[in-house]
Amino acid sequence: MPDSATQARDAQASRPGPGVTGGARGFLHDLDYSVVQQCIHCGMCLPTCPTYDETGLERNSPRGRIALMRAVADDRMEVTRAFGEEMYYCLGCLACTTACPAGVNYAELFERARAEVERLGVLDHPRRRWVRRLVLGGVFTRPRLLRLLGRLLWLHQASGGQWLFRKLRLTRLLPAWLRELEPMTPPIRPRFSDRLIRPIEQPAGPPRRRVAVLTGCVQDLIYPEINRDTVDVLLANGCTVVTPPLQPCCGSLHAHNGDLANARGLARAMISLFEEERLDAVITNAAGCGSHLKHYDRLLADDPEWRERAAAWSAKVRDISEFLVETGFRAPRGAAADGPGRVTYHEACHLCHGQGITRQPREILKTVPGLELAELAESTWCCGSAGVYNITQPEQAAKLLRRKLERIAAVGPRVVATANPGCLLQLQNGARAAGAAYAVVHPVSLLAAAYRAEPAD
Amino acid sequence: MKPAAPQEAGPPPDWLEELARRLPAGRVLTAPEDLEPYAFDGTAALRTRPAAVVMARTRDEVAATVRFAAERKIPLVGRGSGTGLSGGSVPVAGGLVLCLARMKRILEVDAANLTLSCEPGVLTAEVAAAAEQAGLFYPPDPGSMKISTIGGNVAENSGGLRGLKYGVTRDYVLGLEVVLADGSVVWLGNKCVKDVAGLSLKDLFIGSEGCLGIITRLLLKLVPKPPARRTLLALFGSMEAAAETVSGIIAAKIIPCTLEFLDRTTIGAVEAHARIGLPTEVAALVLMETDGHPAVVEEEAEGMATIAKANGALEVRVAADEAEALRLATARRSAFAALARIRPTTILEDVTVPRSELATMVAFIQATAEKHDLRIATFGHLGDGNLHPTILTDETNAAEMERVEAAIGDIVDETLRLGGTITGEHGVGLAKKPYLRSQLGEEGHALLRRVKAALDPDGILNPGKVHD
Ligand SMILES: Cc1cc2nc3c(=O)[nH]c(=O)nc-3n(C[C@H](O)[C@H](O)[C@H](O)COP(=O)(O)OP(=O)(O)OC[C@H]3O[C@@H](n4cnc5c(N)ncnc54)[C@H](O)[C@@H]3O)c2cc1C
Ligand code: SF4
Ligand code: SF4
Repeated sequence: MPDSATQARDAQASRPGPGVTGGARGFLHDLDYSVVQQCIHCGMCLPTCPTYDETGLERNSPRGRIALMRAVADDRMEVTRAFGEEMYYCLGCLACTTACPAGVNYAELFERARAEVERLGVLDHPRRRWVRRLVLGGVFTRPRLLRLLGRLLWLHQASGGQWLFRKLRLTRLLPAWLRELEPMTPPIRPRFSDRLIRPIEQPAGPPRRRVAVLTGCVQDLIYPEINRDTVDVLLANGCTVVTPPLQPCCGSLHAHNGDLANARGLARAMISLFEEERLDAVITNAAGCGSHLKHYDRLLADDPEWRERAAAWSAKVRDISEFLVETGFRAPRGAAADGPGRVTYHEACHLCHGQGITRQPREILKTVPGLELAELAESTWCCGSAGVYNITQPEQAAKLLRRKLERIAAVGPRVVATANPGCLLQLQNGARAAGAAYAVVHPVSLLAAAYRAEPAD
Repeated sequence: MKPAAPQEAGPPPDWLEELARRLPAGRVLTAPEDLEPYAFDGTAALRTRPAAVVMARTRDEVAATVRFAAERKIPLVGRGSGTGLSGGSVPVAGGLVLCLARMKRILEVDAANLTLSCEPGVLTAEVAAAAEQAGLFYPPDPGSMKISTIGGNVAENSGGLRGLKYGVTRDYVLGLEVVLADGSVVWLGNKCVKDVAGLSLKDLFIGSEGCLGIITRLLLKLVPKPPARRTLLALFGSMEAAAETVSGIIAAKIIPCTLEFLDRTTIGAVEAHARIGLPTEVAALVLMETDGHPAVVEEEAEGMATIAKANGALEVRVAADEAEALRLATARRSAFAALARIRPTTILEDVTVPRSELATMVAFIQATAEKHDLRIATFGHLGDGNLHPTILTDETNAAEMERVEAAIGDIVDETLRLGGTITGEHGVGLAKKPYLRSQLGEEGHALLRRVKAALDPDGILNPGKVHD
């Protein structure tokens, strides 16, 4: 689009300027108008939207939500409570982005809309404010505190405290909303990534590339082994791997929940941490983080001091599967008999829709000896995890989970592979509750296991 | 604050409560957040927020709503999925939208009579899938088929990519249940292959754009699924060569099911979305598909490739398998929306000319773009003579929009001069209304209005659409 900048200016020129709205321009008003205008309301995204599928109402569709955002940007509508609720009913799964032929940047619209909802406080409620401040402002901006909490939670779970807690019905003392969450707390691992991975690890042969591995926050507490597997796979492919023991949260949780200020702060911290290293790539294995990390350029575009640094960062971020395929990873050797058997692949929204990565994880899976890849119907349909959606919208999340489990059951796999901690947790919880026998693992773990099982030659 | 349009700011009409009382709970939407998303369809630059939206679930609810509108003389606009490209389901100020999207049941697939019966909110793709499951085939496949409703298809008499061999929606409608403007219900049609009992009244409602009645049930004709299919992609260095190829194929008495054409701009936009490796440097490509008996398909595919090469095709590619053929067709279906990547406003025309005039029309569109200093991309159903010149512009640029108006006027005049029609498949709605009279002539236009007056004397059904 060679002349898009001029058009954007044209479009801006004929709209009410800042003076008209009294200078208190919001996140949607400040957005380049061409982003709002990009939607031509063709409706091609509707059949891919899980919330529209559920209700059949336009307002619960991408096209409808964009129309509401545009009405706000055009000063035809106020940001109301209903508007706020609509933006939080959206999963942020970005299936609409994959479907949209017109190239609408829904992710940005959605983040801005939620930020506007928070700025104006239309959903404000003392409890909600308290939780947001604690979670977004407190815990997830302080990696040490998060790990400390993680350890306490582990102790609580490992000591049988949780069992006792539930047995004694102490949960009844908790407020109802917290009570419902309690069984959803994931099993915390005894050792986090910093105890499993050294800050710098060298491959056996001469190093060909130097990469950093991001350990993530939720991933670090409940799936640190996946980080270990990621490092092992990179080592097996001739990479020097840099893994700082204490890393900030990437800020995706903040950006997706209307807290752009903290999201920007965390992005700057993240960039600073790695900037001094001469890296060929920054590797992430959590789809939700990856799709956010790649957009630091957009997040910091208005910050003259950080714009270029953020662009350089975004150019380096790679999902692990993307990186492996791009650099021609080595297929593991081994006997088919020892393989995992029938495996199906559930596509994390923020990998397939957020980053357009669909082919690479399958290519990796296909190289694992003894792995039979059986396609999952509706593999790109959201499982309902969607960040904290399963906490904020439990009913809709449960419906999506049920649908996903049905599709998986139809395949009858021994293993379900998926590349995002939220999906892993959601599917593991779902499979356990349904008494299903399959394991749910990250594709990179299957590859790491195959490398480990290679016969010595 | 920008002054809000009256229907947005004004008090809600006093009849809302009464309407809600006459319908089951939850059917009537009235909150601004619920209504704003129904203010438009797929047409550029048209927007009117309705007073209320009724989400009907049954025929009786539809009838009750229409009766209510008739009693109070409230304008009522039927709506499927709102993908229309002429403004047909854009609300009328102060009026009702009656949305059929939730009437989604497929009632019967009759393999003995090759028919399918369903409600109007079933998606076109769902009709096609249900037919396929029974080993049958529902051919009409508008580009929007994954989301357009079958009711909307009938109301617009939609075409698709297979029109050349299989015709349009009208050719597959055997029967319709219609709620008339006074709220009464009629059933028109049957499962018979032949039927000359009186006027073919169902045909009156096909392509009626929601102006004569609301369709609440459909009986559709299916055909046997063709056993073989072959898809080819021919690349050309000039648009004329592509047009000549199509004339050549038709002159050679080959009737493929698809002859779709994309120009360079459209190819670029589609590729930016679909990323399936379309060649973005050629001037035009033609997607050709033949289906039927395997031996015939083989022969026709070869024949088409030969004709394309004889007319200077740079290359003819053959889709390796069903999956690749589907990817190509899906990419083609995204053409219109993909063009929106280029400029903020995408104004799509739907002119159709006799096929012998295609090359003239294509050249005229190019000349018109130059004359008015506009960017026009063209794609379309070349085999049907149906072109979609698409003006890539910006609705907020008043000077440019004047040139757009002038260009559309020129294109319409030339179309009519060549014996064509202003709309081949998208309907008149609001977008083509100003040009309808010049195509139909005074008498034709008056007849149209007499039919409307006979069926909807108070003018409550989609008033202001098609004609004033
Ligand atoms: C990307 C894209 C590609 C397209 N490709 C094609 C194509 O290839 N060929 C083609 O012909 N069209 C095409 N269209 C146009 C459009 O999809 C068709 O006109 C379609 O039939 C509209 O269906 P809908 O359910 O969206 O109807 P709407 O847009 O909701 O309604 C269309 C009209 O039908 C009336 N209506 C709807 N339902 C009923 C009912 N049950 N009873 C009475 N009246 C009713 C409405 O009042 C309105 O006048 C395309 C549109 C898009 C956005
Ligand atoms: S978001 Fe894209 S696909 Fe959806 S209505 Fe808008 S332009 Fe069409
Ligand atoms: S992000 Fe997902 S839930 Fe939200 S509008 Fe897009 S498709 Fe629908």
